[in-house]
Amino acid sequence: MVAIAEKLRGPRSRLEFVFDRPQVLGSAFLAPAILYVLLLVGIPFLLAVYYALSAYTVYNPTYHFVGLQNFITVVQSEIFRRTLLNTFIFTIGSQILGLILGKFGALLLLRPFPGRKIVRALIILPWAVPIALATVAWEWMFDSLYSVINWVLVAAGLVSQANEPQWLGDPQLAMLCVVIVNAWRFFPFAIVIFLAGITAVPQDVLDAATVDGAGFWRRNYQIILPMIMPIVVVGLIFGTVFTFTDLSVVYLLTMGGPVNATQVLGNLGFQIGILSGDVSHGAAVSLFMLPVLFVLVILMLRFIRRREI
Amino acid sequence: MAAVSANAVSKKFGEVTAVDGISLAARDGEFMVLLGPSGCGKTTFLRIIAGLEKQSAGDIVIGGEVVNDLPPRARGIAMVFQSYGLYPHFTIWNNIAFPLKTQRVASHQINAKVAWAARLLGIEHLLDRRPRQLSGGERQRVALARALVRDPTVFLLDEPLSNLDAKLRASARNEIKQFQQRVGTTTIYVTHDQVGAMGMGDRIAVIDRGKVRQVGTPAAIYDDPADRFVASFVGTPPMNLVSWNSGHLGFRPEHFLPRDMIPDGELTEFSFRVVRAEYLGSERIVYGELEGLQSAAEVTAKLPPAHIPLDSIRPGEWHAFAVRNRQLCYFGKDGKRARRH
Repeated sequence: MVAIAEKLRGPRSRLEFVFDRPQVLGSAFLAPAILYVLLLVGIPFLLAVYYALSAYTVYNPTYHFVGLQNFITVVQSEIFRRTLLNTFIFTIGSQILGLILGKFGALLLLRPFPGRKIVRALIILPWAVPIALATVAWEWMFDSLYSVINWVLVAAGLVSQANEPQWLGDPQLAMLCVVIVNAWRFFPFAIVIFLAGITAVPQDVLDAATVDGAGFWRRNYQIILPMIMPIVVVGLIFGTVFTFTDLSVVYLLTMGGPVNATQVLGNLGFQIGILSGDVSHGAAVSLFMLPVLFVLVILMLRFIRRREI
Repeated sequence: MAAVSANAVSKKFGEVTAVDGISLAARDGEFMVLLGPSGCGKTTFLRIIAGLEKQSAGDIVIGGEVVNDLPPRARGIAMVFQSYGLYPHFTIWNNIAFPLKTQRVASHQINAKVAWAARLLGIEHLLDRRPRQLSGGERQRVALARALVRDPTVFLLDEPLSNLDAKLRASARNEIKQFQQRVGTTTIYVTHDQVGAMGMGDRIAVIDRGKVRQVGTPAAIYDDPADRFVASFVGTPPMNLVSWNSGHLGFRPEHFLPRDMIPDGELTEFSFRVVRAEYLGSERIVYGELEGLQSAAEVTAKLPPAHIPLDSIRPGEWHAFAVRNRQLCYFGKDGKRARRH
């Protein structure tokens, strides 16, 4: 007789099918991510709490518990309160500007026109270009002597050479500059979010709105925008969290100046904790981001859940 | 209320001609069905009437006025879409009120109008819910209510039953028809479902490849098809078509009966070999072949089981079948109906 199939083997190892168990396979796949979060997020966070409760400096690296003394000192500091306010202005301003640019960019890119594919690819550039490179370009545009923006304003007769705006020298204008650069970085992301949302709105719903008498604005602000709000809010959470904790634009463009006019939490914490070596106060400054972000994220997640009903 | 007519309307998408010179008129208050297979251009044609697409050529006339350059909202039409197009973030009340709000109707009038439409369609208890909390049939009624509140002169319905299951579809079909008779609004209804078309339409326009093949009452379409396409598209099973001279001979399966069931008269006899029989309760469908033609032709017969014993027709047997001559249709070489054969 010819065997059609080999007889099944006898007793097997208990471990042979161990990865067929969902619990085991799932844990194995999740482990790297969990390790990553524990090692690179959890430990630094606990370290920050540890240092914030101490009098640790690089010049006196002994652990001395001081309770909440560092936080009290920080809150009492004029610079810190200014910085906290700046961080909110910086975050909210650049998010709003980025969202507006993103919405209009998405609407423009939805219309067919020659070369749309190239424009779609190019529009992602601000997001893809290394921030240091992009900021150097912006720094020259805002330069006190060589600003191309001022050159245009003068050439157009809008300002005289004597009254040229000092973009990075004037406190209000400097804040406007960091907001603009950060919004410029963020808006391609907003475009992608809006494009994804708008293209997901069923054509039947848009046609129904058109037949029901909704014009361009009503269609956009009463039908499309509310329908894509959940996805926009998710994008906004990301943008807000990244911007609130970010220091790169400020560090590269103004260093927090002039006179702390553009100082933000991330940059202040870095300057105190790392550059000046006062680790405990730097950690305390950075930890102030935590409750703010916590509240923000909870608010936005609740909003999304409410919308999904 | 208004009559709707299309004069030589065409629509091209690049190289593709979706609508190829359709001229059609729906009378005031009429229920006109556009019937055709998928991709025949019927939905595009409906969207042109609505103003959602711009025709490449031809005129649309609603209530005696050429509306080619009017936007959808100025055409006095209301449309119900295949997946209803309800606004998911609005309550049902707001969905129904939306067309009135866009027209800036006073709020007490909106309240009255929404309540009236909701009562007419029996959805008063749903007004505070959102579309996703509703069943398919309820959503369809909301879509109808939303179409109704603007007092349209024309209803355009684009396959509104295709998302419903078979049982619900039959009752919804009935509801739409009754509802249309009650409000008396000119209605143009697009479907690929010929059962629905036959049951609902005052008249049916059969469309294929962007052209109207025949316009007529359901009885005219069924009994008197204008060409081979209409003959083979309408009816389940479709009309039998066998090669005959240079053209085709057509006869309905229910007219193709055993010779001895037909009283004498002018008739044409066939020798029929049974291949397979299906018992469907109220009727029996018998599949088989005809002998004595240029080529063996596959045909079906639809027999009332009450008149023929179940086991009298078995696969492999030859039987003498016949069709009354007045129930034969002859189609010429070009596929068009020829009166004499």
